[in-house]
Amino acid sequence: MDRNEIENDVRRFITENFPLGDSGSELAGGDSLLEAGVIDSVGVLELIEFLEARYAISVPDGDVLPENLDSIDAIGGYVSSRLGSENHRPDAAA
Amino acid sequence: MPQPEDRLTLDALRLDPEEAVDEIVERLGEVVSRNLRKRGALVGVSGGIDSSVTAALCVRALGPGKVMALLMPEKESSDDTLDLSRLLVDHLGVESVLEELSPILDAVGCYRRRDEAIQTVVPEYGPGWRAKLVLPSVLGGDRLPIFSVVVESPDGERSQARLTSGAYRAVVAATSFKQRTRKMLEYYHADRLDYAVVGTPNRLEYDQGFFVKCGDGSADLKPLAHLYKTQVYQLAELLGIPEEIRSRPPTTDTYSLPQTQDEFYFSVPYEVLDLCLYALNHGVPAAAVAPEVGLSVADVERIFHDIEGKRRATRPLHEPPFLLEPVPEVQTHTSASH
Repeated sequence: MDRNEIENDVRRFITENFPLGDSGSELAGGDSLLEAGVIDSVGVLELIEFLEARYAISVPDGDVLPENLDSIDAIGGYVSSRLGSENHRPDAAA
Repeated sequence: MPQPEDRLTLDALRLDPEEAVDEIVERLGEVVSRNLRKRGALVGVSGGIDSSVTAALCVRALGPGKVMALLMPEKESSDDTLDLSRLLVDHLGVESVLEELSPILDAVGCYRRRDEAIQTVVPEYGPGWRAKLVLPSVLGGDRLPIFSVVVESPDGERSQARLTSGAYRAVVAATSFKQRTRKMLEYYHADRLDYAVVGTPNRLEYDQGFFVKCGDGSADLKPLAHLYKTQVYQLAELLGIPEEIRSRPPTTDTYSLPQTQDEFYFSVPYEVLDLCLYALNHGVPAAAVAPEVGLSVADVERIFHDIEGKRRATRPLHEPPFLLEPVPEVQTHTSASH
């Protein structure tokens, strides 16, 4: 799965699950999801659950950092790197 | 770099306590009698600093004969909640009613629903176990905030597990029965006496949305909502609140394992957060606060960021119900000021 495909998937998940409120409908790839008010701390948990189920990866607590998860671009890069690592758990794919 | 004279110190939060008390007392009395047209004030007291100061201010404004203290412990309350509440009631010379919440909370499934939610992430959790929710500290690095549950087995062994979003929401929804049951009983007694329900949030709690809607967030007036926690302690001293209450660390008194407010919601001690909140509200840069609170500039900026994030996330809690069309015949003090 290429990075663009992951980012499109994540964008779809976010727009379907998190009301955009006053932040408007345009979410740039580099925008901070927390600062834009798109997700909050519970939203971070939901996002992790989505990534773990969709891509059969595990997201350890130590990886829950803005540089990995706080924008669509960051998530694309993070998931791509996880998919390329041995932490990928193909048996856990939904 | 800011110059030493630009450094923000805790003096910025120092009040003239007598003047502050006089102003609050005057306004509180006016609101209860003129705006709300009530005969007295009811305060749910917990043995904590905020409810103690609120009750003491009500006594100054209305007299002890027109203040009712409601004591509402439940089986998971801190051991000292009831003793400190009674100490306050005796100190103020007000009437009090004791309502033991546990039977109501049992009947509504508060404990059972919460425990079932915890079991989804800690299957062995059960009778005799205790739990609390925690957030990682905002200090020392740019972690994203995620909630975990800390559990303690009957043998005293502790472990921590990341919550799922569903488990987190279910735990909070179930434990919110505590705040909502307390508010239901406060309004029962207030209605019976024709008293106003006086809420107890300080500025930190109010600003950061640290309350339950239709629970501790509901009240007829909130006389401390403009005061930083540090300032509440200053008033407590002037009002002669007993030392045992003034020296007790702030607690949420919501979970079965002892939990300070820092662990659950604020991530840093209230003195630090107070000064950071003041700085943020007054446009004071992080570099001018950092030396006073003993943190790096980066950590103060993280706290600023966290304050803004919580303010943004909890904004809907402050909103009155939205009307889809105006009803101009009905004016409230909030709609009139808009």
